[in-house]
Amino acid sequence: MARRQSPEPVPAIELIDITKRFPGVLANDRVSLTVRHGEVHCLLGENGAGKSTLISILSGMLRPDAGSIRVNGAEVSIISPRDALRLGIGTVYQHSTLIPALTVLENLMLGARSRLLLDREGARKRLAEMASMLGVEVDPEARTGDLALGRQQQVEIISALWRGSRVLILDEPTSMLTPQGVEELQKALRHLKEQGTAIVFITHKLHEALAVGDRISILRRGQLEGSLSPDQLASWSIEDLRAAIIRLMFGEETADVAGAAELSADLAEVEAEYGGPSGLVSESGVLLELKSVCAAGIGTEAGIEDVSLRVSAGEILGVAGIDGNGQRSLAEAIAGQRRVTSGTVELFGVAVNRLSVSARQKLGLRYVTDDRLGEGIVRKLGVSTNLFLKRIGEPPFWRWGRIDRRRINAEASALVKAFDIRTPGLETRAGTLSGGNVQKLLLARELSFNPKVVVFHKPTYGLDLKTAEHVRAVVRDLVSQGAAAVVISTDLDELIELCGRIAVLSRRRLVGVVDNGPHAATQIGSLIVGTAQPQEVA
Amino acid sequence: MAAESEVAPGIGLAPDVPAPAPARLTRWWRILLRSLAPVILALIAGGLLLLALGRDPVQFYVNVWQGGVESGGWQNSAVLMTPLLLIALGLIVVFRAGIWNLGYDGQYLLAAALVAGFGPHLLQTWPAPVAYALLFLIAGSAGALWTVVPAVLKAWYETNEIITTLMMSFIGVGIANILVKGPFQDPTVNIPQTRTIPFAKLLPNLAGTRVNLGVLVALGAVPIVYYLLTRTSFGLRLEVLGANPRAARHVGISLRRVIVTTFVWSGFLIGLAAALDILGLWAYVRANWNPGYGDTVIPFVFLARLNPLVIVPFVAFYAVLSTGGDLAAQQANLPTDFLLVLVALILLFMTVIEYLGRRRDLGHSYLTPGLREALRRPLMRRRPAP
Repeated sequence: MARRQSPEPVPAIELIDITKRFPGVLANDRVSLTVRHGEVHCLLGENGAGKSTLISILSGMLRPDAGSIRVNGAEVSIISPRDALRLGIGTVYQHSTLIPALTVLENLMLGARSRLLLDREGARKRLAEMASMLGVEVDPEARTGDLALGRQQQVEIISALWRGSRVLILDEPTSMLTPQGVEELQKALRHLKEQGTAIVFITHKLHEALAVGDRISILRRGQLEGSLSPDQLASWSIEDLRAAIIRLMFGEETADVAGAAELSADLAEVEAEYGGPSGLVSESGVLLELKSVCAAGIGTEAGIEDVSLRVSAGEILGVAGIDGNGQRSLAEAIAGQRRVTSGTVELFGVAVNRLSVSARQKLGLRYVTDDRLGEGIVRKLGVSTNLFLKRIGEPPFWRWGRIDRRRINAEASALVKAFDIRTPGLETRAGTLSGGNVQKLLLARELSFNPKVVVFHKPTYGLDLKTAEHVRAVVRDLVSQGAAAVVISTDLDELIELCGRIAVLSRRRLVGVVDNGPHAATQIGSLIVGTAQPQEVA
Repeated sequence: MAAESEVAPGIGLAPDVPAPAPARLTRWWRILLRSLAPVILALIAGGLLLLALGRDPVQFYVNVWQGGVESGGWQNSAVLMTPLLLIALGLIVVFRAGIWNLGYDGQYLLAAALVAGFGPHLLQTWPAPVAYALLFLIAGSAGALWTVVPAVLKAWYETNEIITTLMMSFIGVGIANILVKGPFQDPTVNIPQTRTIPFAKLLPNLAGTRVNLGVLVALGAVPIVYYLLTRTSFGLRLEVLGANPRAARHVGISLRRVIVTTFVWSGFLIGLAAALDILGLWAYVRANWNPGYGDTVIPFVFLARLNPLVIVPFVAFYAVLSTGGDLAAQQANLPTDFLLVLVALILLFMTVIEYLGRRRDLGHSYLTPGLREALRRPLMRRRPAP
């Protein structure tokens, strides 16, 4: 605010004292925010800080309980997504809203003003225009389901701006992207900024906010904790900024979190502390072994072919690779959710191919799924019930088929405490918890009652820094007690931080296993992109 | 759960009751409101319709009350409740699992034909309790058996059960008719119908009434099904399957077993409904006869939100409306189909209220933006915006 530009231009959007209350939670508490044209405004905060609520209000999915919204200086009420679009606010949600079976052009025309006949040629022209505005190339006739996630996101952005929106909201746009995808996104945002588009960029990753944001606002527990102006961002040193933001994001718990941030930020240090193939790997007792396992994919999802691996007690085996190369099939084949077409899955040296999910579960095999909302929890059931979904019918929680609520609640409240699940109550619907707390719930469920082999699928995906670090600590803790862990992740940094050995999954096959060490990242990188020749298994 | 909901509003912040009780209370109110509102609105709309037809709506509803409740009318209503309640329970069980058993007609009629066919003979050769038990078992098994094909197709091959149950229903109805016209045909009459079970051999009535024992069986099944669905591991498995099938697979629930068991239970209850209905009321089955209980009971199953306790007052309401309505319609010189209009109106208002309620849950206003605009426009015209 030091250099005041002579006539302050009218801001694209002003949120004034927005308040939104859900049962048991104050999601937004008098939040005021200003978004200007030609500026990327980053909204930073932990999961559950109220970012998504604020964005839902702005995009017309939710109505605020109090407060007002101004667009280009005029007060408006946004009561449906259609209103938001009419006011020139386009939103790209975290999860794809494209219809995979339709082409890019068809998807875009869905968002167009409805007319009796589809204006294919007009749409084609508009697409070309928008693509050059973003500085990207999009094939109008490609089926969106066939496009890479980064490309799909570009289509989503085009779709959001299709009707001439001048405000673009991006909800956690990088959570699905590869590093190259993130780079392309940043380039596109720069193009848009030059055209005067106002951009709201929601993230919980500090380095991203620093990389793309012209202005950063930090939310914590529903309140706006503070903002950093463009001047501050330009003049302060990176360390000062980081410290200031972490203080704003986490408040009084700053000390240990700053350490965590340092950890994930500074790879070299991390390697010194945890890295290296030594230590965690013990030769004794193979707990899980896959021998030439093949499993079929479902729909467009990749299966796996001829995957062999072994994990010993006290070991964390990483599985790296770009999403969609068979990760889910691998995890589900181990867990028993997917039929193995050939090869064997062995637990403690015994083939378990024919055992059901629950039978493997009883043997001590656990699977922390990546699809937390889709298959991890039942949204409408309570937290305590969700904690015991994998033990339905088992004594002592069920006796003669009858549920013992008291015992379940007692056990559940202990788990809630132990895993620090933030919930208003044990009966609260699990669907109302924030993403981080859902993951804690799943960890509590999977890691209780004597786990021996645990498959973690993207365990920290979409989580904020602090929860992610907490999850990693849980994984380490688990193996230090003699269990074995398989961590399937697309986050290479995370794998290098956690694992003794890292296997690389590429095009349905395990193309190599790398011992963690100084050059692991480059080795894995070349295995992923395929420059290192995969060992051909006949 | 029961213990917690008894907490009075205002003192709900005791440390061991984390969920605030007032919120729970308002939720119950809201559910009650949303369940009753469609019925009330349908009665009002039906009244307006009667008015438009030149009938006196007040008189009509008074007649319904008199025919369905007063002067022994309640006894007829209670008798009608028996099959409706059991079929409703059978549907609640499957719908809770997210499975659509729409083959109730076939399951019911097949069971009914078997009971009417074997009934006369069995009741003559065996002591009544044994014969009843046997007939219940036959009917229940017939209903259950008729769900097995759709159940297996769904459990193993993920076939759409809406289609398979409907197809099996047609086959079931056809076979029931063949049985009635063929092996079970009463040789003494020319009309295609089964032999009649002697009046003395029908289910005994409750003391001093014309209401047979069947209604007790149906009412007795209510708490059993409720207990099964809310307190047992089977009930929870079923609920998880209904709420999120992928989660059910993930947590290791045997989908096949749950699907087949659920279907069989549903069919059993529907078959039992047929047995009680034939042994308690009809005593025989005529070819091409179909009381169509399932179709009428479905709206109420959803109004009761698949709750086996809440369904009882709804079924009672319909039973009264139906028995009293037959009479009232005759007196008002209307076809009895007018009752179906009322049921359809309930369905219509239920859909509307469900939609509005969902908007409310999402934090929107009850009014849709278009409607709000339409309401606002006449006002805007008078005071043009500056």
